[in-house]
Amino acid sequence: MQQLADKLIQHCALLQGLPHELTYLLVEIVFGSLMLMLFVAPFAGIISWVERRVAARMMDRIGPNRVGPQGFLQWLADGVKSLLKEDIVPSSADSFLFRLAPYLVFAGMFMAFVSIPFTSRVIIADLNVGIFYIIAVTSLVVIGILMSGWASNNKFSLLGGMRSAAQIISYEIPAGLAILVVVLMSGSLSLQEIIKAQGAHPWNWFIFDNPFSFCSFFILFISSLAEGNRTPFDIPEAESELVSGYSTEYSGMRFVFFYFEEWANLYLIAAVGVTLFFGGWQIPPSVREWAVGVHFVLPHILEFATFFIKAMSLVFVIIWIRWTLPRLRVDQLMAMCWQYLIPLGFVMVLGTATWIVLFPQGVPLVRYVLFSGTLGLFGYFFYRVVFHLRYTKAELQFNPFV
Amino acid sequence: MELILFYLFAGVVVSSALLVVFFRNPLSSALALVAALFGVAALFVLLHAYFLAAIQVLVYAGAVMVLFIFIIMMMNLDLTTLRKIHYSFTGIVGALFGSYLAAILILRLGYFSEAARATPEDYGSIASIGKLLFTDYQVPFEMTSLLLLVAIIGAVMLAKKEAKHAARQAP
Repeated sequence: MQQLADKLIQHCALLQGLPHELTYLLVEIVFGSLMLMLFVAPFAGIISWVERRVAARMMDRIGPNRVGPQGFLQWLADGVKSLLKEDIVPSSADSFLFRLAPYLVFAGMFMAFVSIPFTSRVIIADLNVGIFYIIAVTSLVVIGILMSGWASNNKFSLLGGMRSAAQIISYEIPAGLAILVVVLMSGSLSLQEIIKAQGAHPWNWFIFDNPFSFCSFFILFISSLAEGNRTPFDIPEAESELVSGYSTEYSGMRFVFFYFEEWANLYLIAAVGVTLFFGGWQIPPSVREWAVGVHFVLPHILEFATFFIKAMSLVFVIIWIRWTLPRLRVDQLMAMCWQYLIPLGFVMVLGTATWIVLFPQGVPLVRYVLFSGTLGLFGYFFYRVVFHLRYTKAELQFNPFV
Repeated sequence: MELILFYLFAGVVVSSALLVVFFRNPLSSALALVAALFGVAALFVLLHAYFLAAIQVLVYAGAVMVLFIFIIMMMNLDLTTLRKIHYSFTGIVGALFGSYLAAILILRLGYFSEAARATPEDYGSIASIGKLLFTDYQVPFEMTSLLLLVAIIGAVMLAKKEAKHAARQAP
């Protein structure tokens, strides 16, 4: 970033008049948002298409397949349609807050992307309070959702907004506890430092470090699903009771902003999970050395691919859960957070702390056992799937593009 | 550069703090307060206290203000009654205390020496804050946690009583 700004100062006469620090700031803001926009916006769009296709396959439907090859450009068509639609603000709504709310929701999610690492070099800002910063700025989303619920002046919106606020505030606690486990193990809040504290091989990831961190990942995963208002925790917009929750009164592009946030948030959940527990962008040193020998950009491409594939597998699991599990009731949701996840989270924090004191170097055997156990579970899962297919003699089509 | 940013964020803090007072709608005031808290967080960043800034946003803007807004929404306030301005005794007392605080702060302005500005390398980092909390400020820190515990138990007791009452009335 700094070098880029220096070059710009050299070549651009206009910038030479300005103080250098101001130029650095401008360059960081402009290029940072440009880079993020170029990643986040298409990602959110494409993932909406992926989700609809996956959902359709799980429901034995076909899904959107008309715009572009296999419906790939569906998200562009949807975006253009929403842009051209009339932007309605209900006459009884608080028009200023009603207009402002979608932007706050979007800004809160977008700000979090600033400290998400893509590779060992590509990160907008490697803050030394990285993970903490992400938890903090995403709380802006809650305010936006509450605001939209209240400003709509509609009881369904209000109920949706309040449910969402209660849910996000509650689930921040188990998520924070699970993150604390990782912070204990890595000794840093910076996301890059957390990744560097892990190894490239699966048994060196934090999730397999000890039994407590293994459980912590699931606590974090469940809580971030709830924080992202994803099914089975999507009571704020439960269609069967609340029409569409806080976004009921929204139309056109403002409505899309809420969904944009939700899909971009999918990547955020997955990226945080991968960073904290799955080794982030780490590639084995031998592969790295080979890649450096070929071309200096290649290791970064490999790192990005590693991170992206891990993140996308988590995103797929989230989509899978959404179309498999039914929605929880409000009281079940709260009971799950306060009576199960939070006490469990405290046990995990204490357990990890004890583990670190007892075994400062870690126990390789436990790592291998946990890793192979997980692998075994996956193996058993696929075995059961194949068994069922054989038993029911179902015809399986491996081609997802019908 | 830092001066420009400081005045920018200080302006945001002061103007939104004034808006908190002058808005008639309590929800708008609450949202202005959120903006003010974000401004304060930005000022913390300018002081290189990143951890405090994140805490500020997380605890105040994220959690406390959400609860405020939550309660304002629950109360279902009537906007027409809120529009009437009324002066009361408590308001005058509040104004007196407020001006007293402002006077102290203004008088204190001259006391900061240049030496206080020199900050160590790890200033504001989590490690140094943690060390301070668990060595020099151990007792106040533990006292604060005790205070919070008392508040939690009090809240639970209040809620419990309410539930018992409701149960008795139900049949």
